[in-house]
Amino acid sequence: MNFDDTPQEAAFRAEAKAWISANAPKQYEEELRKSSLGRTQLTGANILEVAKAWQKKKADAGWACLHWPKEYGGRGSSPIERVIWQQEEGPFGKLSGMFIIGHGMCGPTMMAFAGEEQKRKYLPPLASGEKVWCQLFSEPAGGSDVAGLRTRAEKNGDDWIINGQKIWTSGAHYSDYGILLTRTDPNVAKHKGLTMFFLDMKSSGVEVRPIKQASGQSDFNEVYFTDVKIPDSQRLGAVNDGWNVSLTTLMNERMTIGAGVATGFPELFEFCNSLMLEDGPAIEDRGVRSKLANWAVKASGLKYTSMRAISALSKGDRPGPENSIGKLVAGSMVQDVATYALDLQGAAGVLSGPEDAEVAGKFQAMLLRAPGTRVEGGTDEIMRNIIAERVLGLPGDIRIDKDVPFNKIPTKGRA
Amino acid sequence: MNFDFSDDQKQMRDAARKFLSEQCPPKAVRTVLDGKAAYDKELWKGLAEMGFLGVAIPEEFGGAGAGHLELCVIAEEMGRALAPAPFSSTVYLAAEAILIAGSEAQKQTWLPKIASGEAIGTLALFEGKGNPSPKAIKLAASGGTLNGVKKPVPDGAIADFAIVAVRTGSTGRDSDISLFLVDLKAGGVEVKSLTNVDPTRGQAELTFKNAKAEPLGATGDGWSILSQVLDRAAVLVAFEQVGGADRALEMGRDYALDRIAFGRPIGSFQAVKHMLADMYVSATLARSNCYYGAWALSTNASELPEAAAAARISATQAFQHCAKNNIQVHGGMGFTWEFDCHMYYRRANAVALGLGSLSYWEDQLIDRMRKKNAA
Repeated sequence: MNFDDTPQEAAFRAEAKAWISANAPKQYEEELRKSSLGRTQLTGANILEVAKAWQKKKADAGWACLHWPKEYGGRGSSPIERVIWQQEEGPFGKLSGMFIIGHGMCGPTMMAFAGEEQKRKYLPPLASGEKVWCQLFSEPAGGSDVAGLRTRAEKNGDDWIINGQKIWTSGAHYSDYGILLTRTDPNVAKHKGLTMFFLDMKSSGVEVRPIKQASGQSDFNEVYFTDVKIPDSQRLGAVNDGWNVSLTTLMNERMTIGAGVATGFPELFEFCNSLMLEDGPAIEDRGVRSKLANWAVKASGLKYTSMRAISALSKGDRPGPENSIGKLVAGSMVQDVATYALDLQGAAGVLSGPEDAEVAGKFQAMLLRAPGTRVEGGTDEIMRNIIAERVLGLPGDIRIDKDVPFNKIPTKGRA
Repeated sequence: MNFDFSDDQKQMRDAARKFLSEQCPPKAVRTVLDGKAAYDKELWKGLAEMGFLGVAIPEEFGGAGAGHLELCVIAEEMGRALAPAPFSSTVYLAAEAILIAGSEAQKQTWLPKIASGEAIGTLALFEGKGNPSPKAIKLAASGGTLNGVKKPVPDGAIADFAIVAVRTGSTGRDSDISLFLVDLKAGGVEVKSLTNVDPTRGQAELTFKNAKAEPLGATGDGWSILSQVLDRAAVLVAFEQVGGADRALEMGRDYALDRIAFGRPIGSFQAVKHMLADMYVSATLARSNCYYGAWALSTNASELPEAAAAARISATQAFQHCAKNNIQVHGGMGFTWEFDCHMYYRRANAVALGLGSLSYWEDQLIDRMRKKNAA
């Protein structure tokens, strides 16, 4: 048992480190390091522009989408090299937020299902961040039950005509392209009548409306489609085989290791180390220590779970199922941590203005953003289902709509 | 990076699992549970023959000279099987204390006997309620003899010798404490078995009346040695806890797959599935913390105190969580003597206290993290 790099890994790490040290936008390092959930912004700069510039610089030097093949804008690196890069990129990795969906989900889907010419055309600018992609799956009638989506695609000559509405689309407001899951046959069971496309978000008939979140920010959007025309050549996979295509996309969503999930613990520990309570330093209070210890072992448990996965990658194995716990644990933990940080401040914990609040309102921002982390990318309940079914082998839910034609499935609860 | 056990170590785990599934089925655990034996003597003999008792003891002292990673994988299996034997007191506490602080003669005398299964050892630390603390140690030494009472002492009623924590000073510092080794068969020690929540692991009261004792380590070094012993044992016991947690989770999962209610396996209800998923989460976090503890233990890293506390807390929580919810998944049957669920529940809650309780280790962890932060 050891944490040492192999000689090859060490050489790769040294090369990555040297390049990052010479090229990263260091003026933002401190601010990025301090940023936490619900608050990633840069004073005096547009973070999207800084992010795009950093991504382009990486791509030009061959450090973008490391695990992608070279001909599609990547580096052809091994999974462990990708992890090493993420470790070395450190706080600058937070600039990749706007590319996560494109690189993590849209890119792999294109790679698996687009034609060779399309791959060569679309993937390199996606890798370099010059073009940003979004994923148009969820709908008002299909969240956790994504196969219940209703957006129609109807064949018209060599084109498809799209009508409907998507929701919770991260980054649609700054995206150039998107992958789109539609219903092409409502007369068959819900999983059997779906088809996947990719489209230009500037197409006529696409309207993006930002959603104001409970936290006050707008990361997500509603996207409306009115008679949007998509050529059949932009279909991904066979007609009515969209569900299988989407599984490729979603499988990739859960393959992000190494980047680490935000738990809020380092921030809370630091805060408790400096906070004075009535009876003395918070860190010396028994109740505070007990809470901190409980979160500490969750944070370290997640860290070493991901080390186990990285170790498997290093040996050329696939990581085990244990990695599926990360989002579930971190999601509610960050919420609890933020709640407790405010609790420690008593009535003043309610103040969120940077001038009045402790740590410039970091915990208040975290608290307000946290509910979203337990919902986006698979709710806590879906994550528990996944663990129960795929890891523990428990039976799937009884699906009463499985064999019912889609257009016969009830759409209202109480009549 | 290789943050995993080696293939050889995994083979050793498989061998231990196979051995224990044959030699230590639930029926054997029940023999001790029902009070028909103080511990499983046949199993103890078998553990010695397999080389498990001396796996981390150097060859020159009759052991296998493998190491602590090997001991970790065996510990996991011992916990999984609920082995009713004095393994943790003899191997993690007594043997480790002698390895750390024993004289050459003490090592020559006791370590080969531990490895061969001839001698059962234990650590006599506690004197009634409370967690490990130099202040709580009152038992006194005078002229090479001890007088006072220790309880609870794990496996104290079947032990051949004990490492005893003794007050040898009154300055209020850690250096007031020294360790002594007492041959419990040499007279001067009254032994009384105590009823406890997990009868598969005995607890006793030892009353020392002018009992002959020899120092273990230098006078005044007792607390420092004990701290090291407790950290090492914390990691090893944590592996037992992870083994127990995994088994309790498996039992719950299997029952949820087999038991039909309302016309379907109860494992298809989300209330049950989610409970089992949460048990898996606890067990996984604990296992990962334990791996880090194992690394720190096996390399004698400066991170050991922090890693040991994290492993201890995480594994204690996981075993308690999995053991109690395993009963819940089983419903009424889980609350019968006949089903094995309560044996895991008993063990989970007993082993949670033995090296100091959860609140003690929480406190330790924060102290150690602060120290690292300040450094």
